[in-house]
Amino acid sequence: MYSGVPTVKRTAVYVYQTPVRIWHWVNALSITVLAISGYLIAHPLPSLPGEASDHYLMGTIRFFHFVAAYTFMVGFLFRIYWAFVGNSYSHQLFTLPFWRRRFWSELLHELRWYAFLEKEPRKYVGHNPLAHLFMVIIITVGGLVMIVTGMALYSEQTGLGSWQDELFGWVIPMVGQSQDVRMWHHWGMWVLVIFVMLHVYTAIREDIMSRQSLISTMVSGWRMFKDDRP
Amino acid sequence: MATTETFYEVMRRQGITRRSFLKFCSLTATALGLEPVFASRIAQAMETKPRTPVLWLHGLECTCCSESFIRSAHPLVSDVVLSMISLDYDDTIMVSAGHQAEAILEDVRTKYKGNYILAVEGNPPLNQDGMSCIIGGRPFVEQLKEVAADCKAVISWGSCASWGCVQAAHPNPTQATPVHKVITDKPIIKVPGCPPIAEVMTGVITYMLTFDRIPELDRQGRPKMFYGQRIHDKCYRRPHFDAGQFVEDWDDEGARKGYCLYKMGCKGPTTYNACSTVRWNNGVSFPIQSGHGCIGCSEDGFWDKGSFYHHVTNTHGFGIEANADKVGIAAAGTVGAAITAHAAASAIQRIKQRSGEHHEENDKA
Ligand code: HEM
Ligand code: HEM
Ligand code: SF4
Ligand code: SF4
Repeated sequence: MYSGVPTVKRTAVYVYQTPVRIWHWVNALSITVLAISGYLIAHPLPSLPGEASDHYLMGTIRFFHFVAAYTFMVGFLFRIYWAFVGNSYSHQLFTLPFWRRRFWSELLHELRWYAFLEKEPRKYVGHNPLAHLFMVIIITVGGLVMIVTGMALYSEQTGLGSWQDELFGWVIPMVGQSQDVRMWHHWGMWVLVIFVMLHVYTAIREDIMSRQSLISTMVSGWRMFKDDRP
Repeated sequence: MATTETFYEVMRRQGITRRSFLKFCSLTATALGLEPVFASRIAQAMETKPRTPVLWLHGLECTCCSESFIRSAHPLVSDVVLSMISLDYDDTIMVSAGHQAEAILEDVRTKYKGNYILAVEGNPPLNQDGMSCIIGGRPFVEQLKEVAADCKAVISWGSCASWGCVQAAHPNPTQATPVHKVITDKPIIKVPGCPPIAEVMTGVITYMLTFDRIPELDRQGRPKMFYGQRIHDKCYRRPHFDAGQFVEDWDDEGARKGYCLYKMGCKGPTTYNACSTVRWNNGVSFPIQSGHGCIGCSEDGFWDKGSFYHHVTNTHGFGIEANADKVGIAAAGTVGAAITAHAAASAIQRIKQRSGEHHEENDKA
């Protein structure tokens, strides 16, 4: 029987500083808006009746996409800045300990844990190696691809000579032509959607199953450990 | 001597009156979007400058560019421009033939070395030693390289010369190759389209002949004045796009009302050309005005990009062809199912572990 006296001591480490936490939730929201509005740009809602001057539906959807896009991009730049000035966990998103053997052995361990081959997960103050790998590939590299292709598409409407064109216009001939840029941007959406599905699932699962807190960590910044074993 | 003859003199010799000549100058200034004062500058240039010869070569092509060109909106324009260029070499419409015609090429090359313009319609096939296109008994690619060696600049007419077009479609057995990949040491002006619009063609060539310089080009080498914007940017159906009013079926109410053709696969949003402003056949209409989406005929690779009737087209890469939405939806479904199964398995394991722990605790107690 439980006696009411805690049998395990809980330790806590401050991992995600406030700006990182705010960035996380703003970023999550903007990616959600981008994916939904982006899908609706590729597959517009059923046609509306009446006069063109009565509606501005497609215009509004595109406007949401662009507002979320600028939020995403400013956030991305800010997150890079914070990797320089923030705590040691803040640059995980942009660095992979590729040459450290321990990273790969822990990655294998984490994979075995998800495959029900390990009885107990390890404890990590920052990201677990599997999450770390995905975050760098999908959020950092993938996010950059979405920004570059998205800005190239955006430069088509701001026109030749605009700053968007000066900075990103070269992407179009590099990729092929405008249609190719659109299609790669479109593929990118699916990659992000699948990442988010896995990310949210694993965040909830590990919050329950692992030996540490996750969701509350992204809310309060503190990583709680459920036991004191190594 | 021929070298000192001016454009104006050539035109007069061709029976064009001074009045028509001046009209032509103001029409050209307007077509190029220049201020009215430029009309007199064009006139002056043509009266004083020695005529620049144009050689017009034909490779692997369907002659739609020539067909378009000779139908320039104002008959005067085609008359004048043709009189400026057909004097030299254009194997489809010139008078001379055979050895006599081939001799003209040699003649212009030596007499106007470094000073003539080479216009290319079609492209050279490179496989089988270029045998898939033979001109005057020799592979076209040889003729092209020789004539290009001494020219001032090259105009790539149409999507064939600019990008390759349908004869370069996958798997491209003859290896039809756009001009800029064969001629790499000359300025190249791409005037893509299948065919390009007549007024665009005459506009580009007149600009080059009268101002003696190349029009401002974009990154892909197309004149900005005609290819600076997409069909979608100036389409008269754009208000329906912004409103969210689409044709969903070829015979629905939206089609009758002239709604936007985006859902029917219109490639206007990804196509750079002047159709939505200059239009076709003396400005009568253009595809979208006739109720059909743009197929992107002036874009690189348009012939290999999949359906003309879908917005999300197949992607080729890494040796496979796939549709982003089909793959995306299937992948998201699979991952969703896997997550559900994994969650269930996790829950079962946890229950098992929990009961195990309880037993242990009970045993200890
Ligand atoms: C569009 C949706 C989302 C995206 C793109 C996203 C992205 C990210 C990224 C990039 C990080 C790393 C943060 C850093 O190191 O700076 C992260 C961490 C995290 N996210 Fe999300 N996230 C999303 C939604 C969610 C949701 C809905 C939850 C909650 C269920 C969640 C929970 C977490 C947690 C718990 C962490 C910390 C992981 C750890 O402790 O190692 N995220 N997320
Ligand atoms: C990171 C998440 C993003 C996602 C998931 C996303 C998704 C999409 C999708 C699915 C489309 C439709 C493509 C098609 O027509 O098939 C689209 C279009 C577009 N996106 Fe994004 N996008 C993202 C970020 C961005 C960014 C950062 C920009 C930068 C400005 C951007 C600008 C655009 C533009 C300009 C279009 C074309 C809209 C039009 O012409 O109507 N996107 N996006
Ligand atoms: S018809 Fe085509 S070019 Fe015109 S607004 Fe619609 S999508 Fe754009
Ligand atoms: S509307 Fe599109 S497909 Fe039609 S001629 Fe113009 S560029 Fe080519």
